[in-house]
Amino acid sequence: MDRIDVTNPIVNFLFSLLEDVGKPKAEVAAKRVMERLSGVNIVPHFCRIEDKDLDFYNDFNIIVLGLDSVEARSYINAVACSFLEYDANDNPKEETIKPMVDGGTEGFKGHARVIIPGVTPCFECTIWLFPPQVKFPLCTLAETPRTAAHCIEYAHLIKWDEVHSGKTFDPDNPEHMQWVYTEAVKRAELFGIPGVTYSLTQGVVKNIIPAIASTNAIISAACALETLKIVSGCSKTLSNYMTYNGVEGVHIKVTEFVRDKDCLVCGPGVLIELDTSCTLQKFIDMVKEHPKLQLSKASVTYQGKNLYMQAPPVLEEMTRANLTESLFDLMRRVPSGTVHVTGTTSENGKKTSGVRKLRVAFKGVDGIADMDTAGGA
Amino acid sequence: MINLFKVRAKQKETANNVDDKKHIKKQTAGELRLHKDLNELNLPSSCNLKFPNGKDDLMFFEVTIRPDEGYYLGGKFVFSFHVPSIYPHEPPKVKCETKVYHPNIDLEGNVCLNILREDWKPVLSINTIIYGLYHLFTQPNHEDPLNHEAAQVLRDNPKEFESNVRTAIEGGYVGFTQFTRSLVPGTGSLGIE
Repeated sequence: MDRIDVTNPIVNFLFSLLEDVGKPKAEVAAKRVMERLSGVNIVPHFCRIEDKDLDFYNDFNIIVLGLDSVEARSYINAVACSFLEYDANDNPKEETIKPMVDGGTEGFKGHARVIIPGVTPCFECTIWLFPPQVKFPLCTLAETPRTAAHCIEYAHLIKWDEVHSGKTFDPDNPEHMQWVYTEAVKRAELFGIPGVTYSLTQGVVKNIIPAIASTNAIISAACALETLKIVSGCSKTLSNYMTYNGVEGVHIKVTEFVRDKDCLVCGPGVLIELDTSCTLQKFIDMVKEHPKLQLSKASVTYQGKNLYMQAPPVLEEMTRANLTESLFDLMRRVPSGTVHVTGTTSENGKKTSGVRKLRVAFKGVDGIADMDTAGGA
Repeated sequence: MINLFKVRAKQKETANNVDDKKHIKKQTAGELRLHKDLNELNLPSSCNLKFPNGKDDLMFFEVTIRPDEGYYLGGKFVFSFHVPSIYPHEPPKVKCETKVYHPNIDLEGNVCLNILREDWKPVLSINTIIYGLYHLFTQPNHEDPLNHEAAQVLRDNPKEFESNVRTAIEGGYVGFTQFTRSLVPGTGSLGIE
């Protein structure tokens, strides 16, 4: 949902500084590429990635990402991995694999990776790779600022609410940004701190690091190449995570990360077959006895709906009524689906709590046969 | 090698999840980790949770703390928790919804607690945050404050601080600011003389 900013054309030759500032990136990029290359068809969509439903994403053969946040990547990863199905031997079913090529840059550094759900690690399998974001203590911002960034964050996080209580700060609104900049300058003057500029303000507030054309070119070329390999089968793909560091010279390394077998997003989960008459209470009891799980006091969730929560007491009360319902009904009568359970396991007297992914399949319910009865549901 | 072109054939064949295909909301990994945290909650009786958006939106909830010792005994303070979808990669956003006279909580409800910002680690949990908040009431500290007047009074004149806290809890004025009445019903004036 991005619009072209004045700083973009410098690093992206598809955008013209004279004509395109303010226009949607997707629309301009599509238009320029189609003008240059005949036989190419690109349909731009100017909206948030969450606005499209699952059908939309399922339509494509490959998803290539040029996103700018952990959150956005996590979302698309969850969507692509949700299409993945496993057979009875916990092997991924080839025709449900939706490959993704992801790239990102930050100044002189960048990465490109290939995610093949069920084969290579997915985004969640390797989320621990991300270092925590730099956050300043609120009291430093309030009492003892030492850097220009402290002054900016003071204006952004503390002063804004004091003056505009109730109104949410919008980083894409230039008036809001200008207000933060002015306040930051005042604060910096008060404490004798140099270096507050409008562009630093944007950088600190929106977490932007200036882009460099060469980094973007290297990473996008890597992504384009990997996509070509997947489509044509002409060569083995990058396996599976490439990092680039151009701070001093050129350093490129490819690491082969391994999947997390118990990944809650792309893992096979444990297969459980049930009768359609099985109640939620019985299911919870089964989870406790199942040799691969042995989870006691299980809480159950399906597609964002919390079917039963053991704790805290207020949630237990709200969900108690579901215990006597059949799991088949609670899962809206689908023949199979992914369920997550949270519970405690006991090992050598030590109790640990964990979340496990389960593939629930209902006996005697066939995908195609169910179409007729599902029509009325 | 992946056979991309079998995908289309499979889609036409797969008719399950007829309703769910239109389903946009996904179960995020953050929600699942939150489930684990909620399951593991081990709170003292002075802390209570409430889910204003019902059982299917656990990412927003309120925690009420009734300190059972210290300056804030007899008060009731409500905190709002907004858990991000990439939890625990990012900490929950916590704000104090009760206007309180406290050196580490400002009048807008911002809370100065290290584990909420610079010292957050994914290995921490909702339990640790609630304990941290509870600690703020039993051990307010005047170093690195958000409310410098309150911090100064605590440091220089603890008796006056105690009296200001009482006044604030009862809904009175300290300086030019009126605070929210946050007495736990039934405790009245505590008669600590």
